[in-house]
Amino acid sequence: MRYLPLSDSDRANMLAQVGVGTIDELFADIPESARLKELENLPRRKSEMEVERHLNKLASKNTSASSVPFFVGAGAYKHHVPSTVDHLIQRSEFLTSYTPYQPEITQGTLQALFEFQTQVAELTGMEVANASMYDGSTGTAEAVLMAHRVTRKKKAVLSGGLHPQYREVVEGITSQLPGGEVVSLPADPMGTEDILAQIDDETSCVVVQSPSFYGQLIDLKPIADKAHQHKALLIAVFTEVVSLGLIESPGAQGADIVVGEGQSLGNPLTFGGPYVGLFATRQKYVRNMPGRVCGETVDAEGKRGFVLTLSTREQHIRRDKATSNICTNSGLCCLAFSIHMTLLGGSGLSRLARINHANAIKLADALAAVDGVEVLNEAFFNEFTIKVPANANDVIEALAVNGVLGGLPVSRLEPGQSELENLIVVASTEVNTDEDRAAFVEALKEVLG
Amino acid sequence: MSMNTQGRPTAPGTADAPVHTTFTGNKALNMEEPLIFEIGRSDICGVDLDEPEEFTPRLGSHARQSGLDLPALSEPETMRHYVRMSRNNYAIDSGLYPLGSCTMKHNPRLNEKMARVPGFADVHPLQPVSTVPGAFEVIAELADWLMKLTGTSAVAMSPKAGAHGEQCGMMAIKKAIMEKGEDRSIVLVPESAHGTNPATAALLGFKVVSIPARDNGTVDPSAVIEKIKENEGKVAALMLTNPNTCGLFEPDIIAIADAIHEAGAYFYCDGANFNAIVGKAKPGDLGVDAMHINLHKTFSTPHGGGGPGSGPVVLSERLAPYAPLPFIRQKDDALEVVETETQLEPGEVPFGRMTAFHGQMGMFVRALSYMLSHGSDGLKQASEDAVLNANYVRVGLQDLMTLPYGENPCMHEVLFDDTFLKDTGVTTLDFAKAMIDEGYHPMTMYFPLVVHGAMLIEPTESESLASLDLFVATLRDLVMSAKRGETQRFEGAPYLAPRRRLDETQAARKPILRWTPPTPTDVEPKAAAE
Repeated sequence: MRYLPLSDSDRANMLAQVGVGTIDELFADIPESARLKELENLPRRKSEMEVERHLNKLASKNTSASSVPFFVGAGAYKHHVPSTVDHLIQRSEFLTSYTPYQPEITQGTLQALFEFQTQVAELTGMEVANASMYDGSTGTAEAVLMAHRVTRKKKAVLSGGLHPQYREVVEGITSQLPGGEVVSLPADPMGTEDILAQIDDETSCVVVQSPSFYGQLIDLKPIADKAHQHKALLIAVFTEVVSLGLIESPGAQGADIVVGEGQSLGNPLTFGGPYVGLFATRQKYVRNMPGRVCGETVDAEGKRGFVLTLSTREQHIRRDKATSNICTNSGLCCLAFSIHMTLLGGSGLSRLARINHANAIKLADALAAVDGVEVLNEAFFNEFTIKVPANANDVIEALAVNGVLGGLPVSRLEPGQSELENLIVVASTEVNTDEDRAAFVEALKEVLG
Repeated sequence: MSMNTQGRPTAPGTADAPVHTTFTGNKALNMEEPLIFEIGRSDICGVDLDEPEEFTPRLGSHARQSGLDLPALSEPETMRHYVRMSRNNYAIDSGLYPLGSCTMKHNPRLNEKMARVPGFADVHPLQPVSTVPGAFEVIAELADWLMKLTGTSAVAMSPKAGAHGEQCGMMAIKKAIMEKGEDRSIVLVPESAHGTNPATAALLGFKVVSIPARDNGTVDPSAVIEKIKENEGKVAALMLTNPNTCGLFEPDIIAIADAIHEAGAYFYCDGANFNAIVGKAKPGDLGVDAMHINLHKTFSTPHGGGGPGSGPVVLSERLAPYAPLPFIRQKDDALEVVETETQLEPGEVPFGRMTAFHGQMGMFVRALSYMLSHGSDGLKQASEDAVLNANYVRVGLQDLMTLPYGENPCMHEVLFDDTFLKDTGVTTLDFAKAMIDEGYHPMTMYFPLVVHGAMLIEPTESESLASLDLFVATLRDLVMSAKRGETQRFEGAPYLAPRRRLDETQAARKPILRWTPPTPTDVEPKAAAE
């Protein structure tokens, strides 16, 4: 087997050195009744060529985003990633290293994390950021748990503009906590809900996404003010990090914790993972923050260096008193994010954001011109919701048959609500051309016939 | 004397090595690299983007007013920045990485290639289900492997790492208990457990009760039974790592599982060490109700400097109904994707959702590529080699280093304590840091907590005999050196790494977690000190 360096004669010599006659003597502690002779019903080894053939066949059944006019967003976005990114993250020294437990020989990873934390803090307008969470959705759940620790209260208020699956992740974990309460507001495509009325002295945190799941931009400032009056925290969520190149940072609007999905920079769609959760907060809450954190220090010769720090919050030290159970995070996805961010810089990100916004406006106008189609959002970034005069799910399926992936029917994630059945969340990024938009409009006209 | 074309001598010993620090601070190939924020500029960009034609923004009152002070690097500068940084990292591809319980095995590049095929890398988790049948087939095929390898009947694929998988398994257990209308608040965790086990249990509101280890490093069923009796009707689950973190297979695991089941509780197994027993035993046959599998350990997906991982959880028949959304349902010959509660059929009672979307697809492709490459025969061989390698290291060192539980066979990792360093003035930490100068990543240190000055060595099946021989010889040399009183080799180590020991106390006491522009007061005292 090509991945195994021991030859049969090596094995025989080593068994003799170890002082056993057969390999099975080393497995003698396995209860006899449970010892396996053979793994049945599973295939035997395959060459590289055979594995490629098998997996390529499966891959070829999928329609890739680049092969069609593509407008699906809703928490994961099709962007162009510079070639440099994937080359660099495949360097052995990054790819095949582990969590930097030995800082003297992992300064590469640590410096990259320190730069990543700085970039995330600056983007979100916050003071500190951690070294990533698994993704935006699990980061949101961790943010709620952190708010509970900070405020010593257990009621979370979730906006109806929060991504439905993010909401489910938060509900899943908090519903299992003793005394945990979640108030989830109904779906709010146009950003008109009265979330302020839901905030009271029992409230631990308010979770608001902007741009919302439906694309609507939300003014966070009044929500932050009301939350702070009641000693609650505002958790600001985003799923499209490119938006921060153009819209006001959550930090500048008074958010206490900012959490979001970083996939858009550096990371391919990959059917939903691995992605990278961005997590930032105020300096005063840093000891309640979950996850790994990298900090600057000096070595024995006084040279600047970096280490994982504040580990007294963490599971391997505190065990059942830890702030989170997280161990592995999204190291390589952070690196991809950070490389892409480095290539862009702040002004490049803003330009990329303007291109996205301009493309989305063109698309919104073109779709609004189709008979019976209505664009629901007035203020949006690169994503918005349309109402079509038919079942949205049928429309999307029919569009797919016509070779256009035209967005997400809201009812796929929010089934059984008649007022949502005709809604489609549509995204447009820098990858979409005028031809893509024209194809979408033509196909939509035909489908709505 | 050999000369080069300029007539200068090239043979060794012709000039003494100058003892000096270089002007740049670099040491030949070992280069110092500033932070992006110190070398980047705001007026360049490493990506060519044209400004869009003039348009009227539709941002309402939400346009960014605050600054965005992030410098950029051009493409060549970016390459150099990260390549230079990368050279300060130890990696599996550069040497033996014996980090116990982390399974730092070879990461095949075929896996990377397959994960990047557009049909996998360039598909969206929410594009119409009808346009991604191959993606669901990959998930189903990997799930089938995992169930067959573990002898279980269901698997939750979405957890994003080991600890997330633990959380998923324990949430399924909690849901099962709630469904039965029971009130069970206690989770039993052996002292030798990974820190994530008690952290996960506590996260979900369970009270953790610790179980001491026997003198031989394993769990005594009677200790478990005792705790069950002390907490009659209150025990929800036992979280046990098997093979355990002392590198030993729990010989009484079936008796322990029986006792847990008799008490109406569930058996959670931490699968971090599954690499020792693939093809040799099925956890389902041992009575396990839930076990996460670290695809980034046992099934070779890259560790990436700390992730991304992937932690699918296999479930017994008793827990299968509670598996979280989303899942794939096999209906006749077709696959159905269940994403929302409205799609549930009788008997399906998911506890909720662990994450948005479908889990770590990129890791699924890599793990499946690994499994297909090995086949069932190769996977079994890999486990046998991993165990053989660990035992080879054990016998190579057991006369000089000390085994806390006697000279018995270990599984895929071997645990030493620091008794052999007694009176040498050298600590486990010093010993580990001296390994760095010898070109090795240290083993896991001070874990498990049940052993004093623990050193947990996991060589994995990826090491050749020659590599193991050199590793053993190096460690023997270090032990002899410590015993001879050559403390200097240890107490200041590492001397030759890109950095000497770092001041972790200062880092924690005055945390600097991001770069900030230097202020005049920052600059001056430094200049004065020089």
